[in-house]
Amino acid sequence: MISVAIKMLLRDRRKSFLMIVGLTFASLLITQQMAIFLGIMGRTIGFITDTNLPDLWVMDPKVKFIDDIKPLQDTEFLRIRGVEGVAWAVPLYKGTLRARLEDGSFQVCNVAGLDDSTLIGSPSPLRMVQGRVEDLRHTDGVIVDEAGAATKLSRPPRKPGGPRTPLGIGDVLELNDHRAVVVGICKITRTFQSQPLLYTTYSRATTFAPRERKLLSFVLAKAKPGVDPAKLCARIRGTTGLAAYTNSQFSDLTIGYFMRNIQAPINFGISVLLSFIVGAAIATQTFSNFTLENLRYLGTFKAMGASSGLLLRMTVLQTLLVGAVGFGTGVGVASLFGVVSKGTELAFQFPWQLLAGTAGAIFLICILSSLVSLRRVVVLEPAMVFKS
Amino acid sequence: MATNEVLAVRCRDVKKSFGQGSARVQALRGVNLEIQPGELVMIVGPSGCGKTTLISVIAGILDQDEGECRVYSEDLKGIGPRARTQYRGRHIGFVFQALNLVPTLSALENVSVPLLINGIHPREAIARSTEALAKVELVERKDSFPGELSGGQQQRVAIARALVHEPKLIVCDEPTSALDHETGRKVMKLMRDVVLSEDRTLLVVTHDARIFEFADRIARMDDGRIVELTVAGPKVDQSKGAFQ
Repeated sequence: MISVAIKMLLRDRRKSFLMIVGLTFASLLITQQMAIFLGIMGRTIGFITDTNLPDLWVMDPKVKFIDDIKPLQDTEFLRIRGVEGVAWAVPLYKGTLRARLEDGSFQVCNVAGLDDSTLIGSPSPLRMVQGRVEDLRHTDGVIVDEAGAATKLSRPPRKPGGPRTPLGIGDVLELNDHRAVVVGICKITRTFQSQPLLYTTYSRATTFAPRERKLLSFVLAKAKPGVDPAKLCARIRGTTGLAAYTNSQFSDLTIGYFMRNIQAPINFGISVLLSFIVGAAIATQTFSNFTLENLRYLGTFKAMGASSGLLLRMTVLQTLLVGAVGFGTGVGVASLFGVVSKGTELAFQFPWQLLAGTAGAIFLICILSSLVSLRRVVVLEPAMVFKS
Repeated sequence: MATNEVLAVRCRDVKKSFGQGSARVQALRGVNLEIQPGELVMIVGPSGCGKTTLISVIAGILDQDEGECRVYSEDLKGIGPRARTQYRGRHIGFVFQALNLVPTLSALENVSVPLLINGIHPREAIARSTEALAKVELVERKDSFPGELSGGQQQRVAIARALVHEPKLIVCDEPTSALDHETGRKVMKLMRDVVLSEDRTLLVVTHDARIFEFADRIARMDDGRIVELTVAGPKVDQSKGAFQ
């Protein structure tokens, strides 16, 4: 009877098409909207995920997210080094500075100042597009992110209306009236603010930065082998009074801040909810009509000896079949969207959890849409078949 | 007509009502009926006299309120809903007035449904359904959908579906009501020639007096009771094929 159920569904092309279209749109919109939302949330922690060598981030206890800089005394990283279980600890400067471009315009940039001796926190050598990380040791050297170099920091066109030239090695910028020479171009995970990111050494960054009493933004630390980073965080907090987080804790803190303080979660949440409701409405209405039109035949099957359980299985199978096709098509189109938007400004993240979540949502729509039909099948009176 | 000890159908004082209070309708007011195996019995009577209710009770689709109804000695009310459904699937065939052929299934697939319900392997079901369609001389249209068949052809598909699982009892509700006289006669001839056998009983509800001649006996109902049971010999030339 499984094959009978499938034939009854698929040969009713208009209804099966409508149901699949409804579920496809629900699946596509839920997946696409959530992928963009996750992409945006992922960008808020782009700098943390790119800085993956340390286990711990130590900072002022009042810091709420990665861009919320509350500087520490320059000597604080030495205190962290003294905490039991810490393998190493290095300073990190993070701030925003104005860069003066060749054409005289200004561009606000994020600047990351890395420990002079180890350059911990620098982009991985694999992500260097031009130059080497070690080139930061050259006089006035900075490494610029590829997207920033190609767009906001690019050089003006040589003739009016011509294309802008991406910043390259050897080009010079002015950072807060200090000369900075581009020694490398690197790929980075795009950040929420979409400002260019410049890497330089800690001592040079603090030279570029306006004079302040405190300039140390974060201390990056590594736990000794065998030491639990989470427990080490607690120890640092207890010993120094500073806040200390593992990479994932700091990511959660940052994402949590953005979730609470920007409108994106509400807007995307509404889109996802509407997609769910519209998908459920179309699927329920169409599937309900489909069952209603087939009720006479289901009654005939019941009169001919089919149990209610068999008819329920047939009905659920039909729902799950259109659900699976709709889910697959929707996710496929969303994936295509992701592939097409790769490398553009658009944020798009498609983790397996999103796939599972969308599958769950579509399954829920299928269950909801089949509930009405299932009830009809259960209470179906086979004697109805004798009515003409 | 051979008389066996085991009756195909035995109804004793069967009563059935619908609704409650002032809306209560007494559909069957004490029906007594005995049908021998291999008999073709027609139930006739005016609309609302209880014909359809009676065949629903006999076929195990409805439970009677009072009285006893046995099909080949089996008390369908007493065996419980699950066993009753299984009994229907294995031992009773149906030809409905509206035929109820699934429009999205081919003739062959429609015929195979009772076998699939009984858990027969699809391959075997297809083979047996092809045989059943051959019996009603429709095997060449096995891949046609009901919408592509004439009324008489659809009726033959319904008959093939009713007999494909070789039931002991076939219940037909107004099998000729939607057919012209000639096609109706052909269908009834087919029923006698192909469907009826020593082991298989036919119970036909009809208004169509033109087919009475095909019955062994005619039970006339009125107001929920069988008021007359007459013997009517078959007038079909058995030497001729069904559609000559």
